[in-house]
Amino acid sequence: MAIAHGSDRAVTLSAALAALGGLDQFIRPGDRVLLKVNAAFATPPSLNATSHPTLVEALATECLKVGAAEVRVSDNSINDPDSCFRLTGIAQAATKAGAKLVMPTPSAFQSFTLPQGRLIVDWPLLTAPLAGINKVIGLAPVKDHQRSGASMTMKNWYGLLGGRRNVFHQDINNIIAELARMVRPTLVVLDGTNTMMTNGPTGGSVADLKATNTLIVSTDQVAADAFGATLLDQTAADFPYIAMAEAAGCGTADFASLKLAEVNT
Amino acid sequence: MNIVWTRRISQVFFLILFFWFSFATVFGTKWFQLRGWPINLFLELDPLVAIGTLLTTQTIYKGLLWALLTLLVTIVFGRVFCGWVCPFGTMHHFFGWIGSYKRGARVKMEKNRYRKWQALKYYILAAFLVMAAFPIATSSTLITGLLDPIPFVTRATNLSLMPIADGFGLRTTASPRHYDHATLIGLLFLTALLANLAIPRFYCRVLCPTGALLGIFSRFTLWRIAKKSPGCNHCEMCESYCEGAADPALKPRISECLVCMNCVDNYCNRDLITYRNEESVEGDIPAPQISRRGLLLAMGSGAIALPMLHLGDHLGSNYSPQTIRPPGSLAEEDFVQRCIKCGQCMKVCPTNIIMPAGLGTGLEGIWTPVLNFRIGTSGCQLNCVACSHVCPTAAIRPLTLDEKHGTGSFKESGPIRLGTAFVDRGRCLPWSMETPCLVCEENCPVTPKAIHVHEFMNTIRHGRRKVLSASAEGIKLDGPSLTPSGLATGDYYLRVEGTSTPPLRITANSAETVSVAEATILDPGINVSIQVQLGGPVVDPDLCIGCGVCEHECPVSGLRAIRVSSENESRNKRSKMKIRRVDA
Repeated sequence: MAIAHGSDRAVTLSAALAALGGLDQFIRPGDRVLLKVNAAFATPPSLNATSHPTLVEALATECLKVGAAEVRVSDNSINDPDSCFRLTGIAQAATKAGAKLVMPTPSAFQSFTLPQGRLIVDWPLLTAPLAGINKVIGLAPVKDHQRSGASMTMKNWYGLLGGRRNVFHQDINNIIAELARMVRPTLVVLDGTNTMMTNGPTGGSVADLKATNTLIVSTDQVAADAFGATLLDQTAADFPYIAMAEAAGCGTADFASLKLAEVNT
Repeated sequence: MNIVWTRRISQVFFLILFFWFSFATVFGTKWFQLRGWPINLFLELDPLVAIGTLLTTQTIYKGLLWALLTLLVTIVFGRVFCGWVCPFGTMHHFFGWIGSYKRGARVKMEKNRYRKWQALKYYILAAFLVMAAFPIATSSTLITGLLDPIPFVTRATNLSLMPIADGFGLRTTASPRHYDHATLIGLLFLTALLANLAIPRFYCRVLCPTGALLGIFSRFTLWRIAKKSPGCNHCEMCESYCEGAADPALKPRISECLVCMNCVDNYCNRDLITYRNEESVEGDIPAPQISRRGLLLAMGSGAIALPMLHLGDHLGSNYSPQTIRPPGSLAEEDFVQRCIKCGQCMKVCPTNIIMPAGLGTGLEGIWTPVLNFRIGTSGCQLNCVACSHVCPTAAIRPLTLDEKHGTGSFKESGPIRLGTAFVDRGRCLPWSMETPCLVCEENCPVTPKAIHVHEFMNTIRHGRRKVLSASAEGIKLDGPSLTPSGLATGDYYLRVEGTSTPPLRITANSAETVSVAEATILDPGINVSIQVQLGGPVVDPDLCIGCGVCEHECPVSGLRAIRVSSENESRNKRSKMKIRRVDA
């Protein structure tokens, strides 16, 4: 796991990747990569409710540079998908980098059951962007979230669920833990350049944001989120799903035990 | 190339243009999506739209002045709009041709014979215009859009044809489009087309109020169909293809003539018929054949129908709280004086939540736009004002984002409110079923959120227990067995009765035991209760804008547990609910 400090996402991303030995350690020539962004809301990038287009563009460009055969960008938005991808700037960023945007059309979903899952059973999953993909990278901002406490890299997989997925809020911690179990990402990128401290996960005002100038790139999504908790002035213990995901073998909440590379930009 | 082929090319051109504009009425950034395409061109050329709204409001809204061009052309050349331009007319023309294809001349002549009841359209027009012009006993209303051909065909294309074409792979939007009442709208459209098989241009000849309006204006026309010299033997071949059933073989009826030029071009074996600025040698009938009695009855019917429409008082105290109009909509009384039910707002709405109304807004409100938050991809998007900019008549007036949000120079007036969300506590999962949820609060796009959370702890059913024993494996409790792991969601707590210890979060449970987050010594016999931590959504009516995102996302998917109704909507003072803001 690498932690880069700085306010320019393109710079912190490349510094964090360099600290991990370069993206070519994770993406091989010919790989087909899905960038699972957070494009939940139709809000401008300045509000930080969604993945930042600068980051999407930089990472997609980087993947193609190390030889990825294809980079796709997708999410099942909460607001109107067309508006979400456009207003967040993610659509333009993807196009600019040469990545392909996959829209969550009704035919993009297939029923899926997570082995030993209790919640993800015969549930529509956004599978079209995953077809033929062999690497998945999750990109999520750090956000306050009323029901789960915080929305970070593991909560970001919620955007792969279709149907009336809102019913899972009734058991938010278990669904996040199951999602973490469902996706074994190549990398997760947790964007704490600005952290949404209040009014999340929609935000809506820059007053909800705090400049925390941190970007985490990790192979361990549990550790990334455990570290992200500190950006919200909380600890991993405040979010039960972190312990649940750890217990399920998705990673470690004790991020300090990992080989940490911390860089300032 | 002769004149008939010129007319056909014109018809096909305008028909393609019409479909193109409907196709382009999509919110997006591509060149073929909404970006200055004159998508309202046909509605603006339609003089009934301009005259109707002029009568109800005494104003003319931007593009509607184009109707003057149509009137001017009509005064000079006759009903060229009907025969050469109107896309609905072209469709009728085509279906009429199918109905007459390979039929004998006699059958065709019979089909295209002038019929007295072609006068009906003038009576319909008279009744509609009386309702628009004379606010007798009540405010006036505009219902021309029900039969006005351009709104009719625009509505049917936007709400019925295009979504079907999408289904066949046209894919104008990411998600398929759905519209309430699109079945009825589509069936009426098909019926109007199929009527041509019996009588060509049935709609144009008998029902079309715009055709009637142009018929009235065409009595002044300079150029018209005429026989240039005597010698007609009344073979009536010219009538076999007469689109307007305008009696070219006798005295041409100028107000019925659609200037299709069929009689001029093809069928007169003595070459007698021409198009000129002089009347026919045997004279013509310039004015519509309507009776004074019929006209008075029609106007009287309109005068009675207007107050009749308002007997239900749906514009007053009996307004429908379910009628949520798009942002920028005028107050209801002014709204129904402008809306022509064309469906442009419904077509452009990126979330597909603007629906044609049923009878909920009164008979006059049928097919006017209302918001339905159960359908579509989200609620009304905070950063979208598309519908207000496509409305051809300003029933929805153009908004800026500043005005919609109540920012910048609109700070004083505050945001545009479509209504207010109400939590139905009897259906809400945390309030009534001890089930955590809060989806509505999370999705509220207003900042600060218009939904806040009332946190409370509830002892669950059979939750009062006694500790039997406590060990490293967990705390064994008496009472009915528990669902294994059912309490391990992070939302359940064990409260030790009679102590001030904060409730302990349950991390795991079996049928008989629970484990808690912190190691705690509990003696056998101690009373505990299993509690669930809940957050109940509470709406702040001073912040809620009625966008309906909460209603759209509510997991109680049938009758939602949080629903927007029109209370507090900006456009109607009558809906005001609270008189004072209480700030924390």
